[in-house]
Amino acid sequence: MEATVTTGSEEKVWSGGNQPMGASYGKMMIWFFIVSDALTFSGFLAAYGFSRFKFIDSWPIADEVFNHFPFLHGVDAPMYYVALMTFILIFSSVTMVLAVDAGHKMDKAKVTFYMLLTIIGGLIFLGSQAWEWKNFIKGQYGAIETTSGRIFQFVDASTGERVALSDFAVSLNEDRITHSANKGVWYESERPLTTFSLNEVIAGFEANSNIVVRTETNAAEGGKVILDRQQTAETLAKATAVVEGANLVHNEYGHPLFANYFFFITGFHGFHVFTGICINILIFFNVILGTYERRNSYEMVEKVGLYWHFVDLVWVFVFTFFYLV
Amino acid sequence: MAHVHESNTKRIWNVFIILSVITLVEVVLGIIRPASLEAHVLGMKILNWIFIILTVIKAYYIAWAFMHLEGEKGSMRWSVVLPLIILIPYLIFIILVEGDYTHEVLKHGFQSWDF
Repeated sequence: MEATVTTGSEEKVWSGGNQPMGASYGKMMIWFFIVSDALTFSGFLAAYGFSRFKFIDSWPIADEVFNHFPFLHGVDAPMYYVALMTFILIFSSVTMVLAVDAGHKMDKAKVTFYMLLTIIGGLIFLGSQAWEWKNFIKGQYGAIETTSGRIFQFVDASTGERVALSDFAVSLNEDRITHSANKGVWYESERPLTTFSLNEVIAGFEANSNIVVRTETNAAEGGKVILDRQQTAETLAKATAVVEGANLVHNEYGHPLFANYFFFITGFHGFHVFTGICINILIFFNVILGTYERRNSYEMVEKVGLYWHFVDLVWVFVFTFFYLV
Repeated sequence: MAHVHESNTKRIWNVFIILSVITLVEVVLGIIRPASLEAHVLGMKILNWIFIILTVIKAYYIAWAFMHLEGEKGSMRWSVVLPLIILIPYLIFIILVEGDYTHEVLKHGFQSWDF
């Protein structure tokens, strides 16, 4: 018996150049990276779901939080802006897949053109996200916070519409300045003073008889539970701080976890868009230099395309779970 | 690659139109929020079920058409998709049940969260 029997099929399997599942090494690896990244994002969104279910009766209403649109000041425009961002990202996905398609036909000019459009689309999306963050951090109406961290927002008692602090707070001409560590004992400081102090807000409440607060609690018929004048006065008596805008600790829109998840999940997605743009630019220059023309294959464009579509795919879910549901 | 690629431009634009229409429907429903769809089915508003189903349809089109899973071999396609459609619903099921339980504990516990 011969020890080294080679059959035709063995040669085919073990002599190299073989592509399991009909995909090249690089393509298969980007796919498995995408699988692991998809599981990561699922973990984040599931964690968001956990917190939302935990505080199901007091979670902020997204329509009231994200209601800005560029050049439309004071206009209540829920969803319009994120819808626009979604379209921008879907469209940049289309130009990406057109670039991949042109690559299959070895059409260098078209690949270049569509890659450029994709990069521009990505940059517009990233800029839009920055604007969204800016609005979220800056805040719109302001609110007060109690010791337990509950947020109370001011509304007009007759219409139920939100009222900004600047609309009713009274200026008391206090000359209090932010206490920072370099102005006193080195270990003592405070967070920056808000536009209106708690005293000014309370004075404003006393001067305007139609101002009441609403709680974080969701009312059965939709919206939030609104307190009457008496309850508002009691709430203001136990208020500890004025909150303007949102950060990781204080959030004028409601529960701080909402802000935390918003920053973390859209931030992580934005970071993916950013890396996607960087890789796209790299591949774009390679296309111009003719690297893939000489390689006789535009598969690299296909691989970066897979990543780009994945980023779009994640946004579709972020859009649903942050803004719609 | 050995196999010849035919041009998919028509398919790409078709999928773009489908995705745009679905997004538009989502946005319009999200702004109007019809009262008839506020009823609860299986522990969630009908409207939210519609949003989630539409999102999964969008995900299907992006993965199948744009990421070209429909052109891959079956083994490749399912080794990517199967782990996700098994693990993700499982994760969501466990975590959301736990979140609901935690909510009950906070609501009925002898602890004040509002002071």
